[in-house]
This record gives sequence, structure tokens and C-alpha cells, in this order.
Amino acid sequence: MKNIIDQIKVVEGSLNSAVPEGPIQDIWDNHRFNMKLVNPANKRKFNVIMVGSGLAGGAAAATMGELGYNVQCFFYQDSARRAHSVAAQGGINAAKNYQNDGDSIFRLFYDTVKGGDYRSREANVYRLAQVSNNIIDQCAAQGVPFAREYGGALDNRSFGGAQVSRTFYARGQTGQQLLLGAYQALSRQAAAGTVKLFPRTEILDIIVIDEQARGVVTRNMVTGEIKSYLADAVVLATGGYGNLYYLSTNAMGCNVTASWRAYKRGAFFANPCYVQIHPTCIPPAGEHQSKLTLMSESLRNDGRIWVPRNAGDNRKANDIPESDRYYYLEEKYPSFGNLVPRDVASRNAKTVVDEGHGVGELKNGVYLDFSESIGRLGAHIIKERYGNLFDMYTSITGEDPYKVPMRIYPAIHYSMGGTWVDYNLQSTIPGLFSIGEANFSDHGANRLGASALMQGLADGYFVIPYTMGNYLAQASLKKVDTNHPAVKEAEAAVNEKTKKLMSINGKRSVSSFHRELGRVIWDNVGMARTDAGLRKALKRIPEIRAEFWENVRVPGSAADLNQSLEMAGRVADFLEFGEVMALDALYRAESCGGHFREESQTEEGEALRDDENFAYVSAWEYAGEGKTPILNKEPLTFEYVKLTQRSYK
Amino acid sequence: MKLTLRVWRQKNSNTQGKLEDHQLDDVSPDSSFLEMIDDLNEKLTNEGNEPIAFDHDCREGICGMCSLVVNGVAHGQDRELIKAVTICQLHMRNFKGGETIVLEPWRAEGFPLLKDLIVDRGAFDRIIQAGGFISVGTGSAPDANALPIPKKNADISMDAAACIGCGACVAACPNASAMLFTSAKMGSLNHLPQGQTERYQRVVNMVTQMDNEGFGACTNMAECEAACPKEISLDFIAQMNRDLITATLKGIGPTV
Amino acid sequence: MVGISHFPNTTIGKKVIMALTGLIWIGFVAGHMFGNLKIFMGEEHFNHYAHGLRTLGEPLLAYGQALWIARIVVIVALVAHIWSAISLTLLNKQARSSGYVQHRKLNANAAQMTMIYGGIALVLFILFHLMHFTLGAVVHPSFDPDNPYYNVVIGFQSYGYILVVVYLVALIALALHLYHGMWSVFQTLGLNNKTYTDALRILAWLVAIFIPLGFALVPLSVVFGIIGLEG
Repeated sequence: MKNIIDQIKVVEGSLNSAVPEGPIQDIWDNHRFNMKLVNPANKRKFNVIMVGSGLAGGAAAATMGELGYNVQCFFYQDSARRAHSVAAQGGINAAKNYQNDGDSIFRLFYDTVKGGDYRSREANVYRLAQVSNNIIDQCAAQGVPFAREYGGALDNRSFGGAQVSRTFYARGQTGQQLLLGAYQALSRQAAAGTVKLFPRTEILDIIVIDEQARGVVTRNMVTGEIKSYLADAVVLATGGYGNLYYLSTNAMGCNVTASWRAYKRGAFFANPCYVQIHPTCIPPAGEHQSKLTLMSESLRNDGRIWVPRNAGDNRKANDIPESDRYYYLEEKYPSFGNLVPRDVASRNAKTVVDEGHGVGELKNGVYLDFSESIGRLGAHIIKERYGNLFDMYTSITGEDPYKVPMRIYPAIHYSMGGTWVDYNLQSTIPGLFSIGEANFSDHGANRLGASALMQGLADGYFVIPYTMGNYLAQASLKKVDTNHPAVKEAEAAVNEKTKKLMSINGKRSVSSFHRELGRVIWDNVGMARTDAGLRKALKRIPEIRAEFWENVRVPGSAADLNQSLEMAGRVADFLEFGEVMALDALYRAESCGGHFREESQTEEGEALRDDENFAYVSAWEYAGEGKTPILNKEPLTFEYVKLTQRSYK
Repeated sequence: MKLTLRVWRQKNSNTQGKLEDHQLDDVSPDSSFLEMIDDLNEKLTNEGNEPIAFDHDCREGICGMCSLVVNGVAHGQDRELIKAVTICQLHMRNFKGGETIVLEPWRAEGFPLLKDLIVDRGAFDRIIQAGGFISVGTGSAPDANALPIPKKNADISMDAAACIGCGACVAACPNASAMLFTSAKMGSLNHLPQGQTERYQRVVNMVTQMDNEGFGACTNMAECEAACPKEISLDFIAQMNRDLITATLKGIGPTV
Repeated sequence: MVGISHFPNTTIGKKVIMALTGLIWIGFVAGHMFGNLKIFMGEEHFNHYAHGLRTLGEPLLAYGQALWIARIVVIVALVAHIWSAISLTLLNKQARSSGYVQHRKLNANAAQMTMIYGGIALVLFILFHLMHFTLGAVVHPSFDPDNPYYNVVIGFQSYGYILVVVYLVALIALALHLYHGMWSVFQTLGLNNKTYTDALRILAWLVAIFIPLGFALVPLSVVFGIIGLEG
């Protein structure tokens, strides 16, 4: 075990990020001009497969449909409108500077790179900041009911510790409203016949022919039919892999399968150890817990976070006098207080709970207290701002946050890592693109609040439609059909795996394995990671995986709607993916953003980066069944943003 | 607590379904309703039986996937102190030990049954495809603040847009009518200046598609409003009716 | 006019037909009730009013023509009302062809639940009522076509007031039908919105209370001897 790191083959210089030369503010404009265009009359001859229908996938499918491509859009939900982007609450950033408070494209770029703890690619982030403004225009024109001021102008709020008000929002459900905008645009194209929708369809493999991504193998989740679809390019917009942890704020169906299949077909997987832990979730209530509910981070604008100063204090919250309350964020970080970035807030919550200050029956939370702001602003203002969140909290916990402080605890929320992509969002397999949360590109080691929606829509509406055209205009694509040996091989592999899962007929349910895996990952590859813990995880995961393949029970039939089988396939992939994630976390012996290695911290307990040794993207390459994956390093250079140690004191 | 569950089991739309009884002995009051079904499914799996198929995804009340009729009420919204929730947000502390709970799928001609408690809500997608959008191509939008919108209109639009498309309105309606959904979807667009250009064609097309899908008519009983987890108002149906009358007087016919 | 020819095919189109024809009937029953109250002004006045209905519009219209035009309008409205009611009911049944084992209403009231049954009851009552007071056949013991006042008083006094009970039951059905009907007219024609809904709800209540109440005054007055035959 000791030498597991030595077993990793490291390759440098293998990755071409394809970032064009030039001043950062001109790169995207120049690149758009230099890109090859597809003749309008030829666009309908190109087929594009879109996997996923969330903000990135829905927006991309709609836009490419508008351009005239033939798009086939696959998703596991029963409607494109239900992709998990729907659950984002807080808002979406843009560098509009409508509030005249000094925002600019450069500032949004700068904040995002800094917030990502200098582990993202500058040129990608700059482009993200540039197109952020177009997103707001586009969404407003689609009829997204953004919050407005009485004068009719769009309202903004400050979010997630930003020093400017650049966040646009639609009540507490910005994600749903933006997704509905994309979904409606998608529906328009579906009606026009440029996009064909495949609901309740799961991707089980990627078809690669002549080193180009040419299609997918799918399972119809209603009939169980395994079927291949071919195209000229494939786009993964499959979201994040947070469900690896079993308990997360992801939807139950979120999975890594498509990205993982792509990895096994040759697409490198970047930075899997970067996951974001959101500080304001409702703590688990017991063993039965199936998922965690996030409450918007905006709550931290008016709520004060505290725990009892004395460990093991069993008094009720309202019985604890002010002097015995430990407002740990306000004390440690006087200038940012309760608004420190997510990773800092999360880690501090873990620290106080681990030290025995936890609150609630299971001692697994911290208080988020609104009594001061209710006193200052009045309950009606708080109700106006957070009423729906308070109602949700009450219905879940049975407690009234107007009277007793909320209990919160961090939970896995977002994955910054994902399929490695170049500036064109293309993976290491030509013709295979990855957009939105599914790729690794823009958030570095930590994502800022209200930036996920921005990135998904940026990739979907304003980046991939261009770069896809550039690829299709230049690629030499042979005519292929479903009788191609590569298609047959992929289908056979899928059928084989399904048959295997159905035939084990062991003693344990799929979810029991998932829960066990999630526990190991949460304990060892969670908020704080250690060399020893990661090695432990790397030992345990293969053991669980081995037992899974011998002892799992998948009831029912494969030729039928079978939710156990769906889960089994996803958990099987998590059982492989988790190992690469732990390996990545072990190899990266520095702390940065969401990745906190206890060995690498400042004297004050802050994440300590090691720019000399780790200022690179870790892109893992599949080396074959049972072999240690190969680490490809993409060095990160920073010309515009000065590397500094983050400090929120 | 102990519970008896009477669950609708049906292999697919071609076979007959029936209610099946199951016992659960140790349900935590803190678990959510769907976690209680998870428990039951775990038990069924361990006993070598097929678990109950039911739709669910986000489990935080926003994706609209979960769809259960509990004791004859969509999303089980008849519990004291509980209003405006989806079934995934209903917790077992709202039930009494020893209670018998009947679980049925959404029942409507427009929502064909797929298996057990899962129905096909593709009709809703087709209603949107008939006109539930604003035709603006990517990249063609003016500056977002170029068109001021009174806060009141934006708020009404948002009230309608809160619809999560779960279909509880159809499930609760004695006539399995989809008018609350359809009116909310067009209502969010029709209250905004951006939505005016296509407003009347939109109402005619969406209503025509809604009718084609086999949903019933509205008898103004407001069962939908009572069941809606997002508290969409019946007023949007009134608005849709008025817009359809106006569209008719303008001589606009369906193009779907 | 593609729109109009398509309109009756839509569910909402049928509902609008239902609402407009219902509105005609609300107008008709309101006028009928108001006319009935003239009975309190005495036999001569009442009979003069009844006769006046037939000479309305003279000399442009001939004797009885105005009344017949009105009758045709209400008959056509009734037929259209019944047609839309039947076709919507069938459609609604079809929309939930496989029903719930258990289905509970959260909101619906008696008025809403009984619309179709109340409607059927009212149609039967109208037939009975026509035989009773307009044709005077079958159920009226001694019908005098030239003396409506006499017909009303005798018509209610006969058979030990049993017909009064029939009328009162019918009026309850009318009240329920009117309440949800009036409310539905506002909803179907799209008058309801945040600003007006509450006021319109009250208006529906008023219509549902005062029209049946006005009707009920006449038979009750006969029962209590407030109206009777002189001598």
C-alpha cells in the first residue's frame, strides 16, 4: 500500500489545452473568427447526440437545433424539465454591473479564479465571465421571471461572499426558472423537429470508432431495450458525481455512468477529488436518510452561525445565554464573518462538531440563528426573503426556525472535477465533448456561489454551439452504421454486464452497497482528508466492489422497468470511480479549495496550497481493467491573476 | 411506528392492477414518505420480491417527479398543518402509528400507466411543445434591462412559473383536467411583455394540444388548486379562458 | 374565421357555451322571479302584467310574438346548455376511465358536486312547472288561462300543499345550481383575477340566495295566507 503513489505512471506534456495565443480579453473573439464554419445547408446533415437535458445539455441541444443540426437528446428523467439543475436555489452570476458597484468581466473572472483556489484554466474562466452577460439577456428574453425592482429593472443580490451584487435570481428557484427557459427553447426545437427527445433513457456506453466518438449505447428504462444510436459527435452534459457519497444534495438518479464509460473508452477524467461541500444543508435525521436537502446559501446573509461554547452542552438553543454561544465564524474571520466561502464555512462546521459542540439529537449540526435579524428587520422581512426556505425546513424537521435556530451541516453538493476538456470543451476523445458540471473546466478546486448555473448555460448556449461547428467542419467522418464491429462490441459489453447483474442473485440490496460505499468515501474522502484515511479508502473500495459483484441482489427482469437494475449499474460504476477519486485525493498532497488535506494547512488551520508542486490539472487516464490509472498533468499558468494564499480573516 | 400499506401493483398498462398489502413495523417519524417506501422496497428485495416502482428524483420538492396519491389525495396534502408540499417533502411524523395508507398512481387518460405507481406524463411535454415558449433564438436577445417589467407583472409571472409540472392538478381533478398546468405554463409567459407577440396563438395551440391528450374539462371545483404543491391559483385558468375567447374573436385557429 | 369554427371543439369552447347559455337562463330566472313578485300587488295588477307579456312590443310585434321570441331564446339556450353539459360530462368520464380505489376531495362543495344532478332535476322540474302553470294540464286542478293569479293560488293550495314542497325542493336545487353556475360563469369567461375574485364570489352568493328566495316567497305566501282568493 505504501508505494501506491509510486505505482502511478505520471505523464507530462500529453495534454493540449488548445487555448489560442493572445491577450486574454481577445482570445474568445479571435478564436470565434478563426473557427471553421459549417455551411448552413450542410448543418442538417450532421447528427449530434446530447446526453443530459439540464442547463448545459438543454441549452446546447436547443441552440444546436436552432442552428440546424440534427440533435438527439437523451435523459433518464421522464421530462427534460426535471434535470437536477432544477434544484438550484440561489441565483446566477453575471458581470452586468447593473448595480454600479464596480463589477466588471475582469472582476468576475478574477473572483472565479481566486475562488477556485487557482486550480482552473485562466482562458476558460475569462470566457465564462465574458458570456455571463449574454446569458442574462438570453434568459430574460425567454421569459425567465427574474426578480425585479419597482422600476422594472432586474434586481441583484450579493451572494456567496462576493463583494459586489452580481447575482440575478428568481425567488428561491432560480435553477428551475433558468431550466424552464432552456427546456422551453428545447421544446420549441422538438416541435420544429430539429431535436428528438429520448426521456427515460440511460446511456450505458460510448461508441468510439476510428478514435472518434460516434455514438452511444442506451437502455430504454421502460422496456429495457438496449439500443445504439450513432452520430457525428457526442456531448456529455450529465452533471456531477456527488451521489458517490450516497448522502448528497444531488437527485437520486444523478450518476457518473456516462462520464465513467467515456473514461473507460479513453476520455481522461480530471480532478475527481474536487467536490464542493455546501455548508447549509439539513443534517441527517437517522439511518433511513436517503438524501440531504440544501437550503440556499443566501440564508447566511441574515443568519448567524453558532454552537454552544462548551462541548456537550445539552441545553436547548434558546436556553443557552449569549455568553455561552460560540459564533465561531464571526470570531475567526472578523471581516467576512458568516459569509466566508463555502469550503471554509463547511470545514469549520466539521471542526466544531468533531470537537463535540454539535447540536441536535444526533449532535451532527450547528445552529443558524435568525433571532437577531428578526429583531432588527422584523419577522415579515425575513419571511419575505426566506419564507419558502423556512417552510421547507419546518416540513422536513418539524421545527419552526422563526422560533428556534435552524440546524445545518455541510453536505456534498457539487463536483468541480469531471471529464477533462480543452478550450473547445472537447475531451481527449475527438468528437466527445463535455459541458456543464460534467466537465472540470471552470471552477478549479472550489466553485463560487451562483456560478454553476452560469457555467452550465455558458457552455450550452454560447460555447459548444461554436466549438462543435468548428469540429464538424474539419473532422473527417466516415459513414458508419450499427453493424460496425465497435457498435456490436459495445452492445455486447452492455448486455453482458446487465446479464451479470441480474444473475448474481446474492443477499444484499443495491442500496446497502451504495450506502456502505458512501460512508467510506464521506469518512475518508470528505471534508478533511488524510494520507492514512485515503489509503484506507483505497483498500476498502475494492473489497466492497468485490462483494458487490458476488453478493448483490437485483430483483425483477432486465426487459422491464426495473429501478433496482438502474441503480445497480450506477453503483457498479461508483464503485470503480470512487477508487480513482481517492487516488487523486491521495496524490494531491496539498490543500486547495474543496480538497483539504490535513497534512497541508497553515498554522491557523487554513487550506495551504502547494503551487510549486501541484499547480496542475490531474487528468486520469484509464490503463485497463485492474491497472492503476495513468496521471496526465496539465500545468496551470497564471498570467492575469496573481497567486495568493486565500485569506478571509 | 407500525403501518399497513395498500399499494397499487400493476405490471404495465396491458395488465390488470390490484392493491397489495404490506406491513412495516419500524417506521421512523423523522423519515420522509419516500424513505418509508425505500424501507419497504429494501424489505421486499430482501424477501426475494420485486420492489415497488415509483417515480422520484430530487427529493426536495422541486423536480416534480414524485407522484403518489396517498389515501385518495395527491401528494398526501390532507395532513394537518401541511400544505403545499410534494410527497417527497411529507414526513412520517404526520401519520399515526397503526394507520393504513393507500397508495395509488396518478390516474388519468392523459397519463398512461407504465408500472405500479409510475405514469407517463409525456402529455405535459407535448403541451409545452405546442406553444409554451417564447420564440427567441440564442444570441438574438437585447440587453436584459432594455425592457423594464413592472414588479407586479414579474411577480405574477413568477407565481405561475413556480409550477413544477408534477401533474397533481390532473390527479386531483375529478375530471382529470390539465387546465391548471396548461394555464400556469402559458400564464407565466403571457404576463410578460416578451410573451405578447405569440400570446393568442400560444393559447389556442396549447389548449388544442391539451384537449388532444385526452384530459377532461374544468368544472371550477378548485381541487387542483388545493392539491398544487406550488399553490398555483385558479385565476390563471380564468386568464387562459379569457385569452382563448379573445383569440377566437381574433379568428386565430390552431396550428398544431 | 378559423377560430370560431374551432371553438366549440375545444373543452373551453364548450364551457363558454355553457356559461353564456347559463347566463341567459340566469337573466331569465331573475326576470321571472321579479315578475312573480308582482303577485303581491294584487290580482288585477298581476293578471295585467301576465297579459302584458303577450302584448310586449306591439304594434311592431303581433300578440304573443315577443313572448315566443323569448321562449325560443331560452329553449335554444337550454338545449345548448344541456348539449355542452352532456358532452363535457362524457369527456370528463372518459378522461378518468380507470378510477381511483380511494379518492378524497379537498375543496369541492355540495354545489359543485351536484351540478349535473341538480341540472337534471331542474329540467324535470321545468317540464313539471310548464304542465302546472303554463299548459295547466295534468297537475292543475282547475286551470283558467285568463286568470294567472287564480291559477297560482289554487295551484299551490291543492293537494295539501304537496306541490309547495316540490317547488321548495326545486328551489334548493336552483340555489345550488345558481351558486356554482354563477361563479363558473365568471371563471369561464375569465373575469376572475386577484383583484375581482372576492367581489365576484360575493355576487355569486347574492344571485344564489336572492333569486330562489324571491321565487319561494310566492308559494310560502299562499301557504301562510298572505296571498289568497278574495271572498
